[in-house]
Order: sequence, then C-alpha cells, then structure tokens
Amino acid sequence: MMPAAHPASPAPQPPYALSWPLVRAQLLRGALFVLLLCVAIALLLTATGRSAFGDGLLHSLCIGLCCWLIIDGGRHLLAHRRQCARARQGLDADLPAGFPGWRWMALLLLLGMTLGPVAGTTLARRVLGSAGQPWWDMGGGDQLTWLITLLASVASVVTLTLLERLSHARAEAEAARRAAAENQLKLLQSQLEPHMLFNTLANLRVLIGSDPARAQAMLDRLIAFLRATLGASRSAMHPLATEFERSADYLALMQVRMGARLQSHLDLPDALRGLPVPTLLLQPLVENAIKHGLEPKVEGGRIEVAAHDEDGQLFLTVRDSGVGLGEVAAFGPAFGLQQVRDRLRTLYGSNAALTVQADEQGGTRASIRLPMPR
Amino acid sequence: MNPPTALIAEDEPLLAQALRAALARLWPALQVVATAGDGPQAVAQALALRPTLCLLDIRMPGMSGLEAAHAMAEDWPDEPAAPPFPLLVFVTAYDEYALQAFDAQAVDYLLKPVDEARLEACVLRLQRTLATRRDAAQALQDSLAQLRGLLGAATAPPAPRLQVLQAQVGSIVHLVPLEQVIYFEAADKYVRVVTAEREHLIRMSLRELLPQLDPQRFWQVHRGTVVQAQCVASARRDESGKAFLALRGRPETITVSRLYAHLFKGM
Repeated sequence: MMPAAHPASPAPQPPYALSWPLVRAQLLRGALFVLLLCVAIALLLTATGRSAFGDGLLHSLCIGLCCWLIIDGGRHLLAHRRQCARARQGLDADLPAGFPGWRWMALLLLLGMTLGPVAGTTLARRVLGSAGQPWWDMGGGDQLTWLITLLASVASVVTLTLLERLSHARAEAEAARRAAAENQLKLLQSQLEPHMLFNTLANLRVLIGSDPARAQAMLDRLIAFLRATLGASRSAMHPLATEFERSADYLALMQVRMGARLQSHLDLPDALRGLPVPTLLLQPLVENAIKHGLEPKVEGGRIEVAAHDEDGQLFLTVRDSGVGLGEVAAFGPAFGLQQVRDRLRTLYGSNAALTVQADEQGGTRASIRLPMPR
Repeated sequence: MNPPTALIAEDEPLLAQALRAALARLWPALQVVATAGDGPQAVAQALALRPTLCLLDIRMPGMSGLEAAHAMAEDWPDEPAAPPFPLLVFVTAYDEYALQAFDAQAVDYLLKPVDEARLEACVLRLQRTLATRRDAAQALQDSLAQLRGLLGAATAPPAPRLQVLQAQVGSIVHLVPLEQVIYFEAADKYVRVVTAEREHLIRMSLRELLPQLDPQRFWQVHRGTVVQAQCVASARRDESGKAFLALRGRPETITVSRLYAHLFKGM
C-alpha cells in the first residue's frame, strides 16, 4: 500500500493578454507616420503641379488613412488571433506584439494597396460632393495614385515594422539583462545563506577559545568557500580536482557543525582530476544533499561525491542517505537544481543532463552527465 | 528551594558544549540536566526531567524548537503538584521574520554566535522571572499565551490552496474533495484524512499540508489535529484548560489542546 498525496493540478496559465497601451501606442504611431507621409505626398503633388494642395492633401489623407486602417488594423487583429490560438494550445507568444508574420503582412499590404486607393478615392469624392463617377474610374491621375500608394504603403510597412521589431528586441534584451542580474543575486543569496554563515561563525567563535589550531583550519576553509562563491565567474571552467576541493571546503565546514551526524566521502579518480568543468556546478547539489537530506534527519547520515567516466561521458554524482525526496517536494521547484539545469543547457545543449531521483538505499541521488571534455 | 535546572536543545555539538560552559560561568547554581540533539528528544527529556528552563535551538532535525515548545506545552502534566512549565529561551542563527514575533511576545531569544554580555543579560532576566513567579498554573498560562502569539507569525507562508486530495491505495487513487473532510490527524509521516464514510492516508506531513488549507475553514486544534470548523457540533471545556469536540457525521470526540482551547468560546 503506497498512499500518496498530490496537490490539485496547478491553476491554468493566465490566457494570452493583449497589451492595450502597447497596441494603442503602435496604432497612434502608425497613424502619425501616415499623416506626415500624406502631407509630404500632397506637397510633392503641389510642387510638381499635379493638383492643388488642398485637393491633393484630401485625396492622399483619405487613401492613406484607408490603407492604414486595413494594414495596421489588420495586422493587430491577425496578431492577436494568432497569439490567442497559441495560448489555447498552451504555447507562449512567439512574435512581437502586433506582428502576425511576414506572410500575413505581405497579404495585408496587397489588400491595403488595392482596396485603399479605391476606398480612399471614393471617400474623397464624397467629401468633395463629386460622387457621381463610378469607383473604378479614378480620373486622369489614377496610375500615379496607384504608384504613390504602392510606394508609400511599402515604405510605411517596412519602416514601422522594423522600428517596432527594434524596440521589441531592445525591450527583450533589457528584460534578459534584468533576469540575469536577479538570478545572479538569488544564486548568491542561496549560496551565502545567512543561517549557514552565522552558524559557521558561531562554531568558529567556540573553536577560537577551545582549539585555536582547528579554528584556523576552519577559517581557511571558510575563506576558500567565500572566495569561490563570491568570485566565481559563472561562465568560467576549472579542473575537476578544484571543483572537488570546493565541495570538500563546504563539507569540512558542515563537518564541524554536524559532528558525528555527518560522514562525507569524496571519490575522484586520478585520471579525471585535470578535466575542465564549469565552476561550482556541484555546489548546489552538495548543499541540497545537506540542507534537505541530512540536516533534517535526526540521526544524520552519509554524503558521497563521486566522478566516473562511461561511454565517453563524464558523470558527477552526489548521493546522500538523508530523508529522501518526499520532503524536498514540499519546497517546490528547487532554485539550485533549476540553476544547474540552466547552466548545463547553455553550455552543452542537449548533451548534458541533471537527474535527481530516490536512491536505492534511501535518500537522494543527484547525477550530472556531461560530454567528456577534451 | 531546589537548585534551578536547564535543558539545552542544540543539534550542533560544539555549540551545545559552549553554551553549557558559558552558563556554568554565568550561573554556577544552574544545573544542566540534559543536552538534546534533536526536537523529539528535547520534548521527551523536558517532559521526563521537568527542568526549570529550556534553551531551544530553532532549527533542529526532527522538529523545530518552536514545535518542540508546542509539544511540551500540550503534554505538560495536569496534576496540581506538577512543577511549573519551564521558562523558554530560543536560540537561532538567523531568522529575521520570526524574531519580530518573538519580540512582540516578549519571548527570550539568543542570536548565534552568542556573546557573553547578551547571555548574561538573559540570565539576569531569567533569574528575576524565577524570583517573582507566583505559582505553577500562572507559569503555564503565561507560556501558552506567548506560544499562541508565536503560532500565527511563525507558520509557513500560505501555499496554493488544495481543492481535492488524492489518496492512493495500491493501484487505485481516491479523490477526496476537501469539503468532505471532517478532520485530519497526523500519523507519523502520514496524515489520516477522515470523512463521514471512510478514512484515507496521504503521504505528507501535517506541517506540509497546513499551509495548503484555508485557515478560516480548517482549524488546528492540536499539534496533530486539524478539523473542519463547520463539522464541529459542540465543544465542552474541562478545568485543565482542554476542550473536547463532538462532530457532525462522526461518533468520536476530538481533543483540543490547551494551546487552542481559546478558539472555542461563546459569542
């Protein structure tokens, strides 16, 4: 009999939300762009003697705004529908706001360029009170009207889209930078946990009085641990032997604190000592084993950190005989593990993996698989 | 008058030893009668030896110092001749959030590393309290009031609320809507889920379950029992400060510990 409890399935993701202020800003910017372009066209028409300024402005404004309505309105509508459909399938938004993809843009452009002049001319005639002519008869300047509309539409769409993509890319880069900084801070906080630090200092304070030699050794370990944690560049590599040395520092500090409750064992074959590995990759696994596995266990237990190679791959394993995964699950998605997975993905793509599972002998086993460094 | 006695609960051996040595210097008359390395042991030793004061580390394996204090308060003997409930001093390395609650409840605490001056001040305050304490019943009432004050503040942050429990028996998973649960009872690493028709076991501790329940609907009435308020028919209080609940839909009665008996009072 294996009773088990699971929380009810997590609340559904909030559906894709249209950002109204952003859409409004984009539409307004588009309209302003079209207005300025229309004024420029009217000035050009007047300068070349093709029409009176007022007449030309009215025509270009009517055509321009019809094109704008079709193309700009259409792209927002299509983009919104696309992201809503994706959200229903549980997918994240894949394109910048207001952009339905180049294929749809081309279609809208075509639609705008054909319907825009027709609708715009009709509208202008209605305003001028000369509505008698059929819509297909656009008068003597019709070839010019089509040409101007074509050039202006293509120019507007390309310019506006590129501008929006640029600002979107900038916003994304900014968000990524902020997320990276936040992650770095969270990582530092998780590694320099005040509880661990103050307890270590409390032990150190006791040892200074009772066993100065041991206090000095402990202080050296603490200094090495702090230097590694504060100074480690996230992207740098160092030899596996150094990585094990850092784990040994941390475990030595924990050894003083936990005394007989902790037995630790590190196993690094000589042949693997020089292999380059990402700095402090093992640290979160070792900390988890202590914090969530052995510290909560009344009788304490054993932690084993080991490395071995197999089929051209490097395996780094942290095993503990602690309370096991059941308790850890209650803490939610572990930040430390997520951080290890992120780093592996960035550095090795799908060639590396982290697995965390219940150990055969009780407790937990975390294992990192890496491609064998050359 | 008997010499004062103390229990030290601290999982880090060096720190336990140092605290003991410092107390010996500052309070020679105090006898440290036991040193416990984990929560359950601290409770057992305190109930067996009934010391004058307990120094409890907050983060310990098995049970936190706070949980240990709750367990002691609930199980402290009733008989009139029983010695007064121990004075409590909590020891912690770092726990900003909970410490505000400790200040608010005027509960003694020490920060690790413990410096001698701070410990001396703490000793003087304890000695003063012991000298002015009138009777055993008052000591227990004072401690209960303090612990109640800590209860609310020191619990885990609320987690997403559960709607349905899933209890697995062999290859079958029973889905139990939360509104059908009459009460939960801690059973080692499991929780017994009792409905009007039957019982289920779920593999999680009551501590993990509690933050996922709506505190308005589900009341903790004992460190091992949480009852759905609308399933309580009546509460009968006795003179020792405990209360007994009659339930709608179940024949058994549920015991409310002294710590929670104040929840049941006429409107």
